[in-house]
Amino acid sequence: MRHLLSTTDLTREDALLILDTAAELARVTDRAVKKLPTLRGRTVVNLFFEDSTRTRISFEAAAKRLSADVITFSAKGSSVSKGESLKDTALTLEAMGADAVVVRHQASGAPYRLAHSGWVGCSVVNAGDGTHEHPTQALLDAFTLREHLGDLQGRRIVIVGDVLHSRVARSNAHLLSTLGACVTLVAPPTLLPVGVETWPCAVSYDLDEALEGADAVMMLRVQNERMNAAFFPSTHEYSRRYGLDTRRAALLSDDAVVLHPGPMNRGMEISADVADGARSVIVEQVTNGVSVRMAVLYLVLGARAEDQGGLLPAAEAVPA
Amino acid sequence: MTSSPEPEGSQGPVARVLDAADISRVVGRISHEILERTNGPADVVLLGIQTRGVPFARRIAVRMGEIEGAEIPVGSLDITMYRDDIRLRGPRPLEPTEIPAGGLDDRIVVLVDDVLYSGRTVRAALDAISDVGRPRAVQLAVLVDRGHRELPIRADYVGKNLPTSLAQSVRVHLSETDDVDEVLVLGGGA
Amino acid sequence: MSVVLRSARPYGEEPVDVALENGVIAAIAAPGTLPAGDLEVDAAGLVLLPGLVDLHTHLREPGREDAETIETGTRAAALGGFTAVHAMANTQPVADTAGVVEMVWRRGVEAGHCDVHPVGAVTVGLGGEHLAELGAMADSAARVRVFSDDGVCVSDPVIMRRALEYVKAFDGVIAQHAQEPRLTQGAQMNEGALSGLLGLAGWPAVAEEAIIARDVLLAAHVGSRVHICHLSTAGSVDIVRYAKARGIDVTAEVTPHHLILTEDLAATYDPVFKVNPPLRTEADVMAVREGLEDGTIDAVATDHAPHAHEDKDCEWAAGAFGMLGLQTALSIVVDTMVRTGRLDWRDVADRMSVRPARIGRLGDQGRPIAVGESASLVLLDPAASWTVDPTALASRSRNTPFAGRELPARVVATFLRGRPTVLDGALA
Ligand SMILES: [Zn+2]
Repeated sequence: MRHLLSTTDLTREDALLILDTAAELARVTDRAVKKLPTLRGRTVVNLFFEDSTRTRISFEAAAKRLSADVITFSAKGSSVSKGESLKDTALTLEAMGADAVVVRHQASGAPYRLAHSGWVGCSVVNAGDGTHEHPTQALLDAFTLREHLGDLQGRRIVIVGDVLHSRVARSNAHLLSTLGACVTLVAPPTLLPVGVETWPCAVSYDLDEALEGADAVMMLRVQNERMNAAFFPSTHEYSRRYGLDTRRAALLSDDAVVLHPGPMNRGMEISADVADGARSVIVEQVTNGVSVRMAVLYLVLGARAEDQGGLLPAAEAVPA
Repeated sequence: MTSSPEPEGSQGPVARVLDAADISRVVGRISHEILERTNGPADVVLLGIQTRGVPFARRIAVRMGEIEGAEIPVGSLDITMYRDDIRLRGPRPLEPTEIPAGGLDDRIVVLVDDVLYSGRTVRAALDAISDVGRPRAVQLAVLVDRGHRELPIRADYVGKNLPTSLAQSVRVHLSETDDVDEVLVLGGGA
Repeated sequence: MSVVLRSARPYGEEPVDVALENGVIAAIAAPGTLPAGDLEVDAAGLVLLPGLVDLHTHLREPGREDAETIETGTRAAALGGFTAVHAMANTQPVADTAGVVEMVWRRGVEAGHCDVHPVGAVTVGLGGEHLAELGAMADSAARVRVFSDDGVCVSDPVIMRRALEYVKAFDGVIAQHAQEPRLTQGAQMNEGALSGLLGLAGWPAVAEEAIIARDVLLAAHVGSRVHICHLSTAGSVDIVRYAKARGIDVTAEVTPHHLILTEDLAATYDPVFKVNPPLRTEADVMAVREGLEDGTIDAVATDHAPHAHEDKDCEWAAGAFGMLGLQTALSIVVDTMVRTGRLDWRDVADRMSVRPARIGRLGDQGRPIAVGESASLVLLDPAASWTVDPTALASRSRNTPFAGRELPARVVATFLRGRPTVLDGALA
């Protein structure tokens, strides 16, 4: 795995390797010394064309715990905000000797382009691109779900909200299906993409029906700019039809959990008592993010030598 | 660790240098030696290095327990994240690191591995241990020492010294992972 | 200067010798029977067609001379077998006055590689609000007959109606870039399952079809003629077919790329495949081929759209819309329409020369290959093949979607009113 660009690129084995690695790395978090020497001397660049403090800090923490050198370019206070092109910035990073670049960009496909354009030779990790994907978010969601539900095979997971514009929904729909879960998307028809029937998920417009006996529900954030663009008549109506409140949460199975990629609109897509309630694993999601990103950086950076033709014979020795 | 650079299939002759009875005798002897050197089991913690150091360590812990009538703390250590050859060999899946409940501080930690070769695995294990706790002493027990050290490291307890050539490889099979107890030397003129 | 083409095959038919003199075809006779000309061209095995006419070319001058100039763009045109191109109005400044269109026209004459017919903007600055001085452009030295806000749709139905009515006075035509703006806000690629998967804002077929439907009805209502630019969907073909069956005076063009490429290429996120209208589905490709075959679609028009390197060497959303087309158009038509048996050489002449010339009201282009007719002609080798090398194209830009692709048929020579502009596949 040289790059992590999309969850659709991950096989079940790939996904499980990342999640299992993350599970081991999570235990390091409990130690006195939280740092591992694994990526000593390697440089990870966080390239954030779109501001996202949470994701940026999570990646920084992950890289630092693996002893990598971390350079962060973020939207504010660097050339990135002055309209410097993705390509020019990438060439700068290449000149600085980046081994991996973690990129967040408002354009769908920007990480893919970075990885395939020949501008840079380093590994590329997608930290969220436009309305396309956010694979590490999906991985940390899957990690969190596995912590609570065990194997996701056959588990019923409901994703609710603005699927059309949500990179989190896209990444989760594919990853959770790859892991064997039965995913149902629930949204007003205006917020579902054309062609959603080709996704590996069920689709419903009825939240109550979908929640009945489900093992988990993931509430997507409704962006402010959607509220005035005729996707739905009013926030009140949205909240009534597609919001998660205590009554609806009670429809879930007994051990079910509630996720939200954050930041939340309390009172809009999720009521405060559910967000802060016993089923909510929203805080764990943040903690798990670091472990998952450590696993991704380790696996992506470790893959370099092999993928560049290898310094060892192809049939690398397997412990007997 | 028993990783060796030779690809499978280029083996040539195969020699079994230890069988199940030999391995059992080694476990018994090393158990006695550890008890002798550490003046009883009071502060001893065994840590098996993943993968085959772990069942080997458990066997020693069980035998020591039988001798002393006490439970000997035993754990496992995965040193993958401490290796210095990730760039060369690529990433591997991680195995569990299990530190016994009492921790490692002020204990005599006996690292246990199946084969001692370059010494790099042990070097990584020492780094890993220092991130987990501060033992009073660290010792090393191995089933086989095949020589060719690349670092100033030697074992305190050795099941069998096995002079090998670099062209040869050593395979350890333990019944917990491989259904059979044996040590094989592959290739060369063994 | 006299030119004699030896053993050329007009429309791919029986070989003849053709003499060009004083800008016209002076004689057509059995091989070996004409006296030597000043220039002898061995045309054995080559197909002779009337010079190609492009209804839709972006030459970028004035304003973006870093991407293309009238000189470089018309070189590419001649090398592609064209003897006339229509230069779109979306330059900087916009070609919305007699002054700008005359300047473009004059530069075309000076360059001399092919005729350049400026397209006039329908509205001032392509703003969609106030009609440009269409009559002044029609009366200018450039004699503009085709008007288009191409790049932008004339979306206001009242403005469109007025424009259709107004150009009747001088036999003009409105060439509509059919794109309902509200339905395509921020759109990046064809809307469908793939756009949903790639997270790129979708460009629904209905945004094109709704405008075409409206405009054919408007044209019928006011008794004017309307031309549909770069039609790209199966539904658009159906609407134009319906309109023609009802006797509405509508014509339509399709680009070479919409005859061959599909939306799948967007999955590369490489903006070299980003174009307006977007690449569509396989079913749409088959439908536009069908429409071109049965004559519903009148013309192949290149929508040659050069872009500077930095406008394509970037992420998809930042990339500019458009592809080069002049030097690959004929080969793509041969590949998709001739080799598949849908068109013969007379049909190719019809769709790439005769009908576009008629739509643009060009008197001496798209004429039959006959004695006394204007000698604007192209000779092509139907058996040759070539591999597209972006750096070897005459255009100042490199944004061809066909880089590395092997294409059939090669232009060997082009003649503009008897004068060679291309010989042996190179500028004469
Ligand atoms: Zn257009």
